[in-house]
Amino acid sequence: MSNRFLKPCTAFALPSLLLTSGAVLAEYKFNFPEPVSPVTKEVFDLHMMTSAVALIIMVLVTIFFVYSIYKFRKSKNYEPDQEFHKGWFGTWSWALVPAIVLGIDLTIAGSASSTFDLIEDKTPADLTVKVTGSQWKWTYEYMEDDVKIVSTLLPKEEAGELYLRTVDNPLVLPTDRRVRFLHTATDVLHAWWVPAIAVKKDSIPGYINETWTIIEKEGNYHGQCAENCGTGHAFMPIQVNAIAGEEFDTWMSKQKEIKLAKMAEAASGKVWALDELMTKGEELYNKNCSACHKPDGSGIPPVFPPLKGSAIALGDVSKHLEVVIKGASGTAMAAWGNQLDDLELAAIITYERNAWENNTGDAVQPSDVKAAR
Amino acid sequence: MTATASSEHYYVPEGSRWPIIGVIGIFFVVLGMALWVNDITFAPYLTLTGTLIIAYLFFGWFGDVIDESMSGKYSTQVDTSFRQGMIWFITSEVFFFIALFGTLYYIRAISLPWLGGEGHLGSSNLLWDGFQATWPLLATPGAGGEYVQGKEAMGAGGIPLYNTIILLSSGATLTWAHWGLKKDSKSQLVGGLALTVLLGFIFFGFQAYEYYHAYNEMDLRLDSGVYGSTFYMLTGFHGMHVTIGTIMLLVILIRSIKGHFSHEKHFAFEAVAWYWHFVDVVWLGLYFFVYWL
Amino acid sequence: MSTTTTHEDHHHAPPTGFGRWLFSTNHKDIGTMYLIFSLIMLFIGGGMAMLIRAELFYPGLQFLEPDLFNNLVTVHAIIMVFGVVMPAAAGMANWMVPLQIGAPDMALPRLNNLSFWLLPAAAILLMLSVIVPFFGGGTPVNTGWTLYPPLSIQSGMGMDLLIFTMHTLGISSILAAINIVTTIINMRAPGLTMMKLPLFIWAWLFTGILLIMIMPALAGGVTMLLFDRHFGTSFFDAAGGGDPVLFQHLFWFFGHPEVYVLLLPSIGVLGVIVPTFSRKPLFGYKSLVWGMGVLLLLGMVVWAHHQYTIGMSVAATNYFMIGTILISIPVGLMLFNFMLTMWRGAMTFETPMLFAIAIIVMFSFAGTTGVMLAVVPADLQYHDTYFVVAHFHYALIPGALFGLYAGVFFWLPKWTGHMYNETLGKIFFWWTTIGFNLTFFPQHFSGLAGMPRRIVDYSVQFVEFNQISSIGAFIFGLSHLLFVYIIIQTVRGGEKAADKPWEGAQIGTPGLEWTLSSPPPFHSFETPPTVK
Ligand code: HEA
Ligand code: HEA
Ligand code: HEC
Ligand code: CUA
Ligand SMILES: [Cu+2]
Repeated sequence: MSNRFLKPCTAFALPSLLLTSGAVLAEYKFNFPEPVSPVTKEVFDLHMMTSAVALIIMVLVTIFFVYSIYKFRKSKNYEPDQEFHKGWFGTWSWALVPAIVLGIDLTIAGSASSTFDLIEDKTPADLTVKVTGSQWKWTYEYMEDDVKIVSTLLPKEEAGELYLRTVDNPLVLPTDRRVRFLHTATDVLHAWWVPAIAVKKDSIPGYINETWTIIEKEGNYHGQCAENCGTGHAFMPIQVNAIAGEEFDTWMSKQKEIKLAKMAEAASGKVWALDELMTKGEELYNKNCSACHKPDGSGIPPVFPPLKGSAIALGDVSKHLEVVIKGASGTAMAAWGNQLDDLELAAIITYERNAWENNTGDAVQPSDVKAAR
Repeated sequence: MTATASSEHYYVPEGSRWPIIGVIGIFFVVLGMALWVNDITFAPYLTLTGTLIIAYLFFGWFGDVIDESMSGKYSTQVDTSFRQGMIWFITSEVFFFIALFGTLYYIRAISLPWLGGEGHLGSSNLLWDGFQATWPLLATPGAGGEYVQGKEAMGAGGIPLYNTIILLSSGATLTWAHWGLKKDSKSQLVGGLALTVLLGFIFFGFQAYEYYHAYNEMDLRLDSGVYGSTFYMLTGFHGMHVTIGTIMLLVILIRSIKGHFSHEKHFAFEAVAWYWHFVDVVWLGLYFFVYWL
Repeated sequence: MSTTTTHEDHHHAPPTGFGRWLFSTNHKDIGTMYLIFSLIMLFIGGGMAMLIRAELFYPGLQFLEPDLFNNLVTVHAIIMVFGVVMPAAAGMANWMVPLQIGAPDMALPRLNNLSFWLLPAAAILLMLSVIVPFFGGGTPVNTGWTLYPPLSIQSGMGMDLLIFTMHTLGISSILAAINIVTTIINMRAPGLTMMKLPLFIWAWLFTGILLIMIMPALAGGVTMLLFDRHFGTSFFDAAGGGDPVLFQHLFWFFGHPEVYVLLLPSIGVLGVIVPTFSRKPLFGYKSLVWGMGVLLLLGMVVWAHHQYTIGMSVAATNYFMIGTILISIPVGLMLFNFMLTMWRGAMTFETPMLFAIAIIVMFSFAGTTGVMLAVVPADLQYHDTYFVVAHFHYALIPGALFGLYAGVFFWLPKWTGHMYNETLGKIFFWWTTIGFNLTFFPQHFSGLAGMPRRIVDYSVQFVEFNQISSIGAFIFGLSHLLFVYIIIQTVRGGEKAADKPWEGAQIGTPGLEWTLSSPPPFHSFETPPTVK
């Protein structure tokens, strides 16, 4: 398998090229993006091979028909050969045709099977990233470094041309290191798919799937959630920034510092003022909650309840804490307790209790959250 | 099989109102149930109405068929159509239970071991700290969550064993009744059928008691995780079939008393007998895979 | 036929009024109702496809909320599969099986009526499931027709209605299948042995057996879904020890053979059309029959090729891959046999034949993309992209829908007693074929370029392909107005059709349907014909 299969495949794309007359289209827009890891390269070659087989079969079928339609027509007074099915070919075609097709089949299956062995290769990795899909964001945990990134859709104004393909916090990965991905989900099925760097496996709540990659080229790679996950399925893109190893190490130590600082802040026992919590809370709310409850707290009734004027947001704080920390089982409302820290939860809840004319005046403190857990 | 050469006329019934009544009945039942599970107040009445319509339909439709049969309208070819129809119907039932047993197999042999950390995808147990995959599964992976933790598993002795014996004997009594029919012995036919119906009722009673016990004393419930789910699914669907089978046997019993069957013409009897034997065989599978293994 | 007094219930004129249709036990009337029902559903399901394509014409949200969009996708698929293709095929079976095997009617005429009328009931339930979310019934069913949990656990009341829709459809299909299979085995005219049957009959025999085996699995799966939703069971919830993937196995155990349920009747139609217009007996009749048998067996055991991405063991994956790829053997054999039937024939190109040729070309293409999908490593890239959408529309529309169109044109003279307008038929053929390819060919490329399926909004990089596709879809959609026009025109009048309107119709088969008048008498064969 090699690039000699590329040519026929572009020919395959030609009719469509003509249709889009004038549009400037890069070659790869018709095909997978350029593969940059050992696995995706092999898969790409395999794909080109099967495309070529498909192309050849279609060419043969077309030739057959063009010839037959031209030759064996009544209007040319062709006399039908009523004995044709009784000849040697008629007697043996039932075995001949399957034998040929079987040959092609086994050739395809053979190379597919060896590529699959590569995909399932379990060599220990340099880096493990746990990728968790949730409605509708991705959470990445660097297992060795205990660092976590939450990644959501970048709004249209900021993303421009790349809207629906790019995110606020991309996953950062080093090049030339072996990365193992653990895929799971918190609520429904998702699938983490970045075609250039790795094949996809479903993220299934309660189960873990594995894929791996070694990115061989620096760059930004894009992808999308590829398993229907409901309302926001179209709105959970993926971006991976691949950077050189040393650069990655520096980035990682910075992340750890930020994390330590955040932990210190949350654990400081400091009593936060209402407006401090509100600013923090607004940002966090828009990031984590607004997909369902909307930035103005109006929700998407009847499924996603409005928080503006909601009995829970205006009522007893402990109820509010409980629903956010523990979630509402059987609904899309997740248990946020294990996704956000005390300070973040305190800020969000404070924000919900004071924004959009929910003027309760409550300033929920991290210590309250801690107590409620 | 070759085509039945028939000099007789194949009976094609006139237009009939029963099918459309059946459709209305089924529609009411399913719509009612869909609304019922959503707590719509009038829904149970809808389902009930539908059920009554279906019951009425069965009386009417089968009544027509019995009349036609008794007045000799059915040629042997019609009889063959009925038989083949019943065989294909039972085939579809077999596949229904294959799907249910397949579910049990999949849970036990594939998904639970994964959750417990075995095999190809062992990494799933990262998510379930301390979970042990056992069968019967009493402690669910999300222990302490929304599912009830069962206290003990259902054993193979006691009631299930009695029920096995009961169903097997009911198969025997039914065959005995069939022998009676073949030699035109009405007393043997009616006696055998009556015994079979009785055994069907006893089975039903035992199973009701078993459910009661499981629910109240063993904490084996629909919501005690996947063990409870599969247990009730398999035994429940089987129990439903026993119930239907018993009702059909009862009808056949009444018809036998009325003397509807002769030794050469008794399709209805045979159809019900096939069905009952099928229910029997399913039970054996259940006993083996659900209670024993 | 001697009509003695015991047969006084055999009127020779059809009953009149509503009762004729509501209470019908006549295979032709019921067949007609099936066909009309499926034509109506084609417009509903197709109308939904038009909304989908209109929404996707531009990136951004135009006029559909995301949940409503995916609800339309779901219902579009369910209508097309269960409401259009299956009823149309069943309608054709109702019409043609008794005619082709020389039977007076279906084996179980009353059951036949029940099978049909369950369909409108199911259609009402399905429509209710679309409507209830607008009246406070929770989220619409936004899962796609595959109804995967846990997403389907989250949906509102519409999901419950859909579950019972599936049950109703299942009962209808199983009863219809039992009836057809019994008719074929038990009702053949004397002397008409199995190996003399027209291919259409064989195709429906296998289809019926498939249906009997697979519909129960679907019923089981959706019932478990219902219990997980409302009664606390945990079949599909890992916290209780279950597995969401279990549902996928149940669904595809039904779903994959289902695609052959959709395909086979059309293969059967091709098996009568191709010899007719090639004026030459069907090539490889026996191997076609065996091929369908092998297809049935293989088709039952390869379902998990829809789930390569769930993470199966290496052995299971390889098994499902090889099994799936091997399906190219029987299907390839069938298509080759059709092609060799044309070889050295004397072809004419009436509308049914044009469709037949186009079907063979386009379905071969669908099959080869199917084989590409079957290759696991590559499918880990293709899965859930528009490449899959393109594959299955190529399989479904030529493989199933066009085959039925071809059958309609082929048998319309027999059914109505009038010839359809050949010029309009040809225009319809070219219009649909071009429209269809314009719609779905570009989707291969948008899929490869990275566009997932079931998304309401997409990134600007996919614009060109989607716009071509949408324009194609509108062209394709509009062509159906012509289809309806041709049918109505033919029903109302036109050139009188001969009993055997096609010159080559009886070549190589007993062709019993051509021995009756066009249209056939109300009761088909009152005296069974004898076949030598
Ligand atoms: C009529 C319907 C129909 C038919 C006939 C087929 C036929 C086939 N399909 Fe398709 N398929 C669908 C309808 C159909 N499919 C649908 C609806 C879905 C999507 C469902 C969903 O997710 O919503 C789907 C999805 C689907 C997938 C899953 C993709 C994914 O989700 O990732 C796969 C993967 O293996 C697949 C494979 C095949 C194969 C191998 C065949 C084979 O039967 C094809 C065999 C035919 C040929 C191969 C052509 C003729 C042969 C020759 C000319 C001989 C030479 C050929 C070779 C040597 C290759 N199909
Ligand atoms: C036999 C089955 C069948 C048929 C015939 C069709 C027919 C069509 N389908 Fe279908 N489709 C499926 C089965 C089928 N589909 C399945 C199984 C899915 C997967 C669903 C899922 O993901 O769960 C799917 C999904 C699907 C998608 C993907 C949606 C997504 O993933 O987001 C799209 C998008 O383009 C699409 C388009 C079309 C179009 C344009 C037609 C056209 O062929 C329709 C043409 C017919 C008409 C239009 C007739 C009506 C005519 C009029 C109403 C006249 C008026 C005309 C105008 C207003 C122009 N379909
Ligand atoms: C995936 C969608 C989703 C996201 C994201 C989400 N919620 Fe919710 N939320 C829901 C749903 C659905 C409910 C309704 C639950 C029910 O029916 O009991 C809900 C209910 C609530 C309630 C109770 C409101 C009431 O009146 O019943 C509060 C408070 C709440 N969410 C807060 C939050 C906070 C805080 C966040 C972010 C940290 C958040 N939600 C993120 C879906 C979501
Ligand atoms: Cu997440 Cu789709
Ligand atoms: Cu398939």
